[in-house]
Formats: sequence, C-alpha cells, structure tokens
Amino acid sequence: MARKVNTEVENVVSMRGIVKRFPGVLANDHVDFDLRHGEIHALLGENGAGKSTLMNILAGLYRQESGVVEVSGKPVNFSSPRDAINAGIGMIHQHFMLVPSQSVTENILLGLDEPRFNLRLDKYDRIIAEMGERFGLHVDPKAKVWQLSVGEQQRIEILKMLYRGANILIMDEPTAVLAPQEIDELFHTLRVMLDQGKSIIFISHKLHEIMEIADRVTVMRRGVVTAQGVPIEGMSRADLARLMVGREVIFSLEKKPQQPGEVSLSVTDVFAMNDKGLPALKGVSLNVRAGEIVGLAGVAGNGQRELADVITGMRKTTGGSVCIGCDDLTNRGPKDGIRRGVSHIPEDRHHVGTAPNLSITDNVIMKKYNQAPIAKGWIINQVKADEFAQGLRQAYDILAPTVKTPVRLLSGGNLQRVILAREISQNPTLMVAVQPTRGLDVGAIEGVQRLLLAQRENGAAILLVSEELEELLALSDRIYVIYEGEIMGEVTDGDIESIGLMMTGTRQDQIAKYMATEKGDAA
Amino acid sequence: MDLVIVIQAGVASGTVLLFATLGELFTERSGVLNLGLEGMMLIGAMSAFSVTVATGNPWLGLVVAMLAAGLISLIHGFITITLQSDQVVSGLSVSFLGTGLSLVLGEGLSKAGTISLLPKFTIPLISQVPILGDIFFTNQSVMVYIGYLLVPLSWYYINRTRPGMHLRAVGEFPAAADALGINVYAQRYFYTFVGGIMCGLAGGTISLAISPGWFSELTTAGQGWIAVGLVIFSQWDPYRAMLGAYTFGALRRLILDIQGPTMLLGFSNPFYYNPYYGFFLQMLPYAFTIIVLVLGSREAMRKRMGAPAALGLPYIRGQRGL
Ligand SMILES: Nc1ncnc2c1ncn2[C@@H]1O[C@H](COP(=O)(O)OP(=O)(O)OP(=O)(O)O)[C@@H](O)[C@H]1O
Ligand SMILES: [Mg+2]
Repeated sequence: MARKVNTEVENVVSMRGIVKRFPGVLANDHVDFDLRHGEIHALLGENGAGKSTLMNILAGLYRQESGVVEVSGKPVNFSSPRDAINAGIGMIHQHFMLVPSQSVTENILLGLDEPRFNLRLDKYDRIIAEMGERFGLHVDPKAKVWQLSVGEQQRIEILKMLYRGANILIMDEPTAVLAPQEIDELFHTLRVMLDQGKSIIFISHKLHEIMEIADRVTVMRRGVVTAQGVPIEGMSRADLARLMVGREVIFSLEKKPQQPGEVSLSVTDVFAMNDKGLPALKGVSLNVRAGEIVGLAGVAGNGQRELADVITGMRKTTGGSVCIGCDDLTNRGPKDGIRRGVSHIPEDRHHVGTAPNLSITDNVIMKKYNQAPIAKGWIINQVKADEFAQGLRQAYDILAPTVKTPVRLLSGGNLQRVILAREISQNPTLMVAVQPTRGLDVGAIEGVQRLLLAQRENGAAILLVSEELEELLALSDRIYVIYEGEIMGEVTDGDIESIGLMMTGTRQDQIAKYMATEKGDAA
Repeated sequence: MDLVIVIQAGVASGTVLLFATLGELFTERSGVLNLGLEGMMLIGAMSAFSVTVATGNPWLGLVVAMLAAGLISLIHGFITITLQSDQVVSGLSVSFLGTGLSLVLGEGLSKAGTISLLPKFTIPLISQVPILGDIFFTNQSVMVYIGYLLVPLSWYYINRTRPGMHLRAVGEFPAAADALGINVYAQRYFYTFVGGIMCGLAGGTISLAISPGWFSELTTAGQGWIAVGLVIFSQWDPYRAMLGAYTFGALRRLILDIQGPTMLLGFSNPFYYNPYYGFFLQMLPYAFTIIVLVLGSREAMRKRMGAPAALGLPYIRGQRGL
C-alpha cells in the first residue's frame, strides 16, 4: 500500500534486549522491537514464537526479566495494565475482555474514575456513539455485549482503548475471529486511526493481510527476532513465510483424484436447539463418503457448531437421524461414536477440545486410556502413556517443555496440535473438523492440511467446517453451504459466486433466477 | 383469622429474610457464594440481644450485631478470596462456626428477661390508605421501614451507579475487570463484608424487634438457609428478593395461624391443632428451599436465570486458558 512513512520520525515504542522466561521455555530471548509514529507494524511468527508474550510485557501484564522498554523516548516500568494505559498503550487481546451482561457503554466506562457515582448512561451513550462515528466504529451504545457479533465486540474493545486515550494500539490476532466482510471494516478503521495520529502493532498469521495493511514487519521464531522492522514493500508472501518458518512453504497442496467409497455419515432432516434454547438446525440433511473431504461453508453462528455437536453425539437432536456407517447413532452420546471411529476437532479448544489443567499425556490418551498397552486392566500404565505422548509430541512437532506440562500453558497453535495428534492417532473412519486451522501459522496450516489430506487417502470420511473459503476450496471434494440452520445447497465445482450467494441466504435453486434478474438489470 | 393481620405480620417477619437475602445478593453479585448466612444471623441475633441486655440500648446492640457478623464473613473472605479455597466448603464451616459460637456465648441469655426493643410506629397519612396502609404502614417496627428503603436503594446502587457497575463486572468476568485496573480482591472482600453486616442486621431484627428474645438455634430456625434459596429465586434482583421475602414471611405466619380457628371458609378446619398437618406445613418452606437450591445448582438453569457468571469461582490473575 502506498502510504508515505517518514523514516525520520521518532520511535513511539522501543524495546531493547527483552528476555522473558516461563518454566521450561525461553519465550523472549533478547528481543528488540520498535514502533514508529503513525505506522502499522506487523508482528509475525510461528505459534509459540513469543509474540503475545512480548506484547503482554508492553501492555503491563507480564514483567520482563531483563531489557528496557521506552515509550516516546522515556524509559518506563509498568507494574499493571493500568500503568500501560496511562502511558497511552492499549492492548486488544486474543480473547476479548468484555462483560457479556453489560451494555457497550458500561464496558467502556469500566474501571475509570469518571463518572464518579451516578452512571448517567444517557450522557455517556451519546459521547460513545459520537466517538464511534469519528473512527468509523459503529456500535449501539445501549446494546448488551452478549447480543453482539464478534466483529462488533472487537469494535468495543478498540473503542475502550481509544476512550482511554491510547495512542498505541496492540492488536493480538484481531482478524482470527472475523468474517471477511468484518476484516475489511477493521482495516478501514485502522486506516482512520492512523490518520488520527495513532500507531498500531498488528499480529496476524495471515500473510496476505500483513501485505495489505502493514508498513513494516518484525518476524520472530522460537523467541528470537529473525527480521526486525523490514519494510513490507517489495516483500512477497513467500519471503515472509520463509522468514517465519525458516524454510520454503509450499502454498499449493497436492490433492490426488480419488474415487470415494461407501457413505460413512448420513445426516437426515436433523433439528436441534442452540445453548439458549432457540432452534439452530432446521432440517439439515447431508452425507459424507469414505475417502472424501466435504466442506461446510457458512458465516459463523449459522448452526455449524450445533451440527458438529449433533454428529459427535454431544448435543441431542429434536428430530431427524444421524447414521455413522450403517448404525443409527441418533442421540446415543459421544462414546458410541468414538467406538465407531468418530473423531472430533472442536471449535472450542480450551473447554471442549482439552482439559486445560491436565498434562499433554493425559490429554492425548483420553480416547485410548482403556485400551492396551496404555490400559493394564484397571490401571493406566504411565510409562507407556508417556511414551505414547512423547511419540506424538515428536510426530506433530508440539512445542512444550515436557509431556507433563499442563496444556493450558501451551500457545494457541500448540494446543491445536495436541488435539490433532489425539484425534488423528486413533485412525478415524469419520472426522469432524471445526475450524482446524484457526489461529495457526502458515507452516502449521500447511501441516494440518496435509494431515487431513492423508486421512482422506487413508479412506476416512471428513467433514470440514470452516469460514476460510480458500481452505475449503483447496481441500474439499464437495461443499455444502449452511445458512440459519438450513442447507442452502451443494457445490461440486468450486463455484465461489454461488457459495457466496448461498452464504447470505439465497437457495441454490433460486440462484439461476437471481442471476437472470441481475443480468436483466444490467441490460 | 384476619388475612390483613397475617400479611402484616408476614411483612414484619419477612423483613428478616429480606435483610439476609439482600446481603447475600450483594455478595453473590461479586462472585462469592457464602452459605454461612444461618451462622452469621445467629451471631447477630445473639450479640444484639446480649449487648442490649447489658447496656439497655437496642441501637448499640444492632451495631454490634452487624460488626460481629461482618467479622465472621471476613473469615469466609480470607478462606475463599485470599486462599482461593472452595466456597461451598468454607461457607458451610462458617455456618457451623457461627452457630456454635452463638450457642456457647448465648448460654443463659434466654433467661435474661425483658429488654427495651427497637421502636414500632405508624406512619401518619399513608397508613390511612385502605388495606395497604394497614399492612405496610401501621404499627410496624422501624426495621420494616428500613427494609422498604433498602430495596430501591440496592437496586439503584447495583444498576445505576459506578460502584454497582464494578460490582457486576467483578462477578461476571473478573479478568476483564482486572485488566481495566479494578481490584477484584478488594471488591470481593468488601461485598462479602456487606453480606455479613446484613446478616447481622437480620439477626438483630429477630431478637430485638420481630420475635424478641434469645431461643438458641430456634431464634433463626433455618431462615438463613431459606434466604440462600431466596437469592436464587430472586434471580439476583432486589425487588424480586423483596417479593420472595415477604411471601415467605406471610407463609410462615399463615402456617402458624391456620392451625388456630375451628372453622375455615365455612368448613371445619382440617388443620385445627393437628400435629401431623402442622409439622407438614412447617416443613414446606424448607422443602421449597431444597428444591430451589437443587434447581439453582444446575448449570443450564443458572445461565437462564442470570446467575453471575463467575459465582463460586476463585479469581487467579494471569491464569492462562480460562
Ligand atoms: N503464562 C505462561 N506460562 C507458561 N508458559 C507460557 C505462558 N505464556 C506463554 N508461555 C509459553 O511461551 C511461549 C510463547 O508463547 P506466546 O503465547 O507468546 O506465543 P505466540 O507467538 O503468541 O503464539 P500464538 O501464535 O500461538 O498465539 C510458548 O511456548 C508458551 O507455551
Ligand atoms: Mg499469541
């Protein structure tokens, strides 16, 4: 992008020789980083490279063991997030920090000294609406946070920091949870904020986003900086990937043509409720055959999660049937599914996918604990279990001090690898993968996609739920599109335009009609 | 049996439940569950009565009661907030501790004789309103009137003020509050203390106003547990808490009064001094409490009723993967 960056301007942030250790890992090893006034500086790196750690130090959440942080040329020493905010640094975390039951305005006012006692929300509602207007962040100040989409919630997080007068915004993987449309809006906002004199640190694993929005990039690998503040101009995606992973990354995948086999999963006319007790699935039917990857496209929250839950036995259906192989497993619970080789990569890694306080070993043997050699009668053979976990740790390149480390201490990407290792190592006949590559670095994504393709060649049936169209198109043999709990249609030829129309609620049989009227209008 | 009198007496005895329920409501809103209400109320009732016996000043008794129960609640605070132990276990121990202490220290108090009580009065003008005036504003204890004031004030505080907003945030999502510089621990200590003070007030209201005297553990007769149930029933809302407290107060009165008359609605009264029915009726409020507590401990039910999301969970800063 063509925005002029004055190379003479002062550094608003400069971090020198930052060292931060966690038990067993050197998360930041003498890291240097600087941010210039009025730029977007991307921070790139593999999962577990230490990006979030570095930014948490800047935001006052962690303390470095050595190294200095300067803000606008003055050395600072933050002991809490509040100190950082007072110095004009605001961080928007990977996981949102919003109180769901409170209104937008309340969330923004939280922790401030004004208003003193009476909230007088009307007055502040107006101030916040006005401020949203100014930065192109449209939100309804009276809305409760739980009613809002992730994109809107993110806008509140940004407003929260702007309201506190932050000049330096740290955004930790802000696009990981956004739909494509919302990403465009976010980028627009970022540009508006630059015009208003803010400086931004932007963390993302998506190289094309960094190419589009950033001015400079700093790359980290395993705790050290491998490229510091390189201008983005003249860099290619392949260059970035190489800096980050330390080797060439192949972006195109090889998918062998393959004749699918018997139907492994058939879902017929399924109805189900969501957690709030509202209808989420309204008569969904689909099937997946052995040796094929079937994609499920759709904007988040259209029933994908509920469908995955129903198939894996974690949610009761209120109608319809789920058959795996030749067995009717409707409402039979997860155990029957697991016995028939159903594996599940859930969307929620922290609560459904893993037990956060248990070790890597305990997490990977969860589906094998009752089989020899890990089970010895009633007893778990700890040596064998640890050996098994060791093997997976090597095979799946899980970055962790030991297999006894509780998984809650792992970085996002490594946590996902633990889940993948467990689920793939049981040689599934049916695999339900929900957003399996979300939050992973390019190297890891490549690895996961390869694993999925290998499973396909092994004859597993795979249902791939994803919001990344690119990924769906690259991996799937067929793609269903879901909208408000109903299947809009099925695409076998990778026709992006029809997928897009179906994702916004046009049924497949209406698309021809729709196209005709479009043409008519144009003529 | 005059229904107006039953309800009037119900409002009076419901005031005890109201204070305890409001206090626990604040505590739970901050994310701390304190099951020790019964013990703290007994401490309150005992110290209020004994200080009044000693000094002749019921107001001083009330203040001491509040401080004593507040002190006990701080033990719960230390165990659950600082030491981050299980809130249910700690709450139960606090209940036992409070009950035990009050029985030991209150030994012999029941023979103390008559003392000066908190005043009762009738509010001029509004008491003239038919029925409602008789029920709510005629010859009630000063504590009952304080109850009327506390409910709207509590509601306003929770929903319309800055400290109330912080209270809600700490109970819903402590990590978010912490990230914005709100001291989660201080907040939780404070509202645990508020809960204790209110239990002291409830206890003092029994022994100095509603059913004066010290009758060992029968002074409260399990009302602390009913209050725990009422908090769930109230869905953490002061107005609903008031409705629940008065209803239960009236119910307790009705159960006593219904056994008196020989005729009821023109029929011979089946409850007339019938010990079987009598015990059965007296059991009902407690049975209700058990049902509410069982329902209220179901995760799905709690979500639907709007329980504070972090209720019962200790807060540990920087805990990853929450
Ligand atoms: N609180 C913590 N306790 C122990 N180890 C930690 C903690 N936070 C991070 N780590 C470890 O430090 C390393 C760096 O983690 P960090 O979260 O900074 O990575 P990241 O670059 O943000 O990765 P991702 O892209 O997956 O978010 C990882 O190995 C992680 O396991
Ligand atoms: Mg991170």
